[in-house]
Amino acid sequence: MDFIFSDANLSAIWLTVKLATIVTVILLLVGMPLAWWLSQTCSWWKGPVGAVVALPIILPPTVIGFYLLVAMGPDGPLGIFTQALGWGSLPFTFAGLVVASVFYSLPFVVQPLQNAFEAVPERALETAATLRASTLDTFFSVVLPLSKSGILTAIVLGFAHTVGEFGVVLMIGGNIPDQTRVVSVQIYDHVEAMEYVQSHGLSAVMVIFAFVTLLALYTFNPTGRRK
Amino acid sequence: MIHARFNLAYTGFLLHAEIQLPMHGITALFGPSGSGKTTLLRCIAGLERTAGGMLRVRDEVWQEGESFLPVYRRRLGYVFQESNLFTHLSVRGNLEYGWRRTPVKQRSVKLEQVVEWLGLGEILDRSDTTGLSGGERQRVAVGRALLTSPRLLLMDEPLSALDYSSKQEIMPYLERLHRELDIPVIYVSHSLDEVTRLADYMVLLERGCIIASGTLRDTLARLDLPIAHFDDASAVIDTKVAAHDEAYHLTRLDFIGGNLWVRRVERAAGESVRVRVLARDVSIATTVPQGSSISNILAVRINAICDEGPEKVNVLLSVGDHMLLSHITRRSRDQLGLVQGMAVFAQVKSVALMA
Repeated sequence: MDFIFSDANLSAIWLTVKLATIVTVILLLVGMPLAWWLSQTCSWWKGPVGAVVALPIILPPTVIGFYLLVAMGPDGPLGIFTQALGWGSLPFTFAGLVVASVFYSLPFVVQPLQNAFEAVPERALETAATLRASTLDTFFSVVLPLSKSGILTAIVLGFAHTVGEFGVVLMIGGNIPDQTRVVSVQIYDHVEAMEYVQSHGLSAVMVIFAFVTLLALYTFNPTGRRK
Repeated sequence: MIHARFNLAYTGFLLHAEIQLPMHGITALFGPSGSGKTTLLRCIAGLERTAGGMLRVRDEVWQEGESFLPVYRRRLGYVFQESNLFTHLSVRGNLEYGWRRTPVKQRSVKLEQVVEWLGLGEILDRSDTTGLSGGERQRVAVGRALLTSPRLLLMDEPLSALDYSSKQEIMPYLERLHRELDIPVIYVSHSLDEVTRLADYMVLLERGCIIASGTLRDTLARLDLPIAHFDDASAVIDTKVAAHDEAYHLTRLDFIGGNLWVRRVERAAGESVRVRVLARDVSIATTVPQGSSISNILAVRINAICDEGPEKVNVLLSVGDHMLLSHITRRSRDQLGLVQGMAVFAQVKSVALMA
């Protein structure tokens, strides 16, 4: 089993899990209010904001990676900001990878959340208000419990999509062991070095992970007709 | 006193209402569908926000000018047409939802009381509300609203989504709340039967405007309003139990102006009973009828007569401080020579006991 679980591979797997976990947590924190706003607003901004959130679904990762690289670079707006705060420059660091992944996986968290929030009946919110619950209270005591399966979907998709990304990681993170060399980059490395055995091992781990994730998703969240 | 004024315009719908309502008893907002009664109720609750609306409840301003007290800070209970129970909570969880959010100092109703009032003991520990019957669900919804210790209870056609037997099941509970709880209720309904059973006051709406308001007794007996012309037009009489005839299983109900014999009522002498008399069940005689099986004959005076279709007339009769309606044929009117101010006898064929 060494060809799968070599030190380099284990480090890549650990880094990937760490990245995906942190990104998922941040995505939930950012995605919940964003999805709630999108689900409730009648504002003119709903369309444009929704479109921006969904951009990563159709844009090539290289485009997102390129612009993020520019933005986070020493002369980019994000870069100037982080440098002013004394955090230094983000590209080619783990933190930079986190920021990029949050952007890249945002739609995969926001959209299931938004769908779930929109499915909560207006009447349930009104009922809660007549029972003395403030808007925030209603969100936690009614909306979240009723959106349980949508939240689960968002977590799984956000995590899995972060694990599966490659292009953005390569452009923002580069290929630094223990810093930015996640599984997908590691496999690329193995292939470049003609280490097909190692590639096979790690790729098989990814396939199994993806399959189990999607199986869990479809089992707990069946769509279509129930028998 | 509740003082409300709302003006609202949607496409194809207008609400133009200014009204003062008493802070006790049940006030019915009555009218055909689309008349704006639910919208008015939602405005009072704050679920509908209208610019320029005004609402004062007792000494509190709930809405005026720019100030608008959000729904969750209004001390009101709201029962929706569909019970809207929270599906993620148990029966007890639903009942306690509002109670937990009511400041301790404001709590005047206990869970045990509500469970007893509404007969919820058997279902209290159900974890799943979807298995409840329609009547049970609505009882939980009423209990949930009561547990916020409201100063005003708003009910939006709480019985209209229920089948006949569920209605019969829940009605006694509502009548009991009316008798035992001192909370003013505003009750939206398009069922004259429910209104005559429950309401003390009545507000009539038509196409977003209030066309009449007053006590139920007075409003039902106004010939200028549409309800007096319904097929099931009726009058209510608030009576007191006077005596029982055990041998024939009957009870005598007294009111100022006369008395009525009805089937035995399980109430002690002196207790109040409301009865409803349908206009089509009242016939008129110019002399005391002899040899009739109808035992309820009241000495009355004709207040007004108005035409009601080609063959029918609507006669308004006063008896003591109450009013009765009688739908008779135009021919009978002419044969008996009935005119306004005449003293006649009303034969009441049947009397419905309300509460």
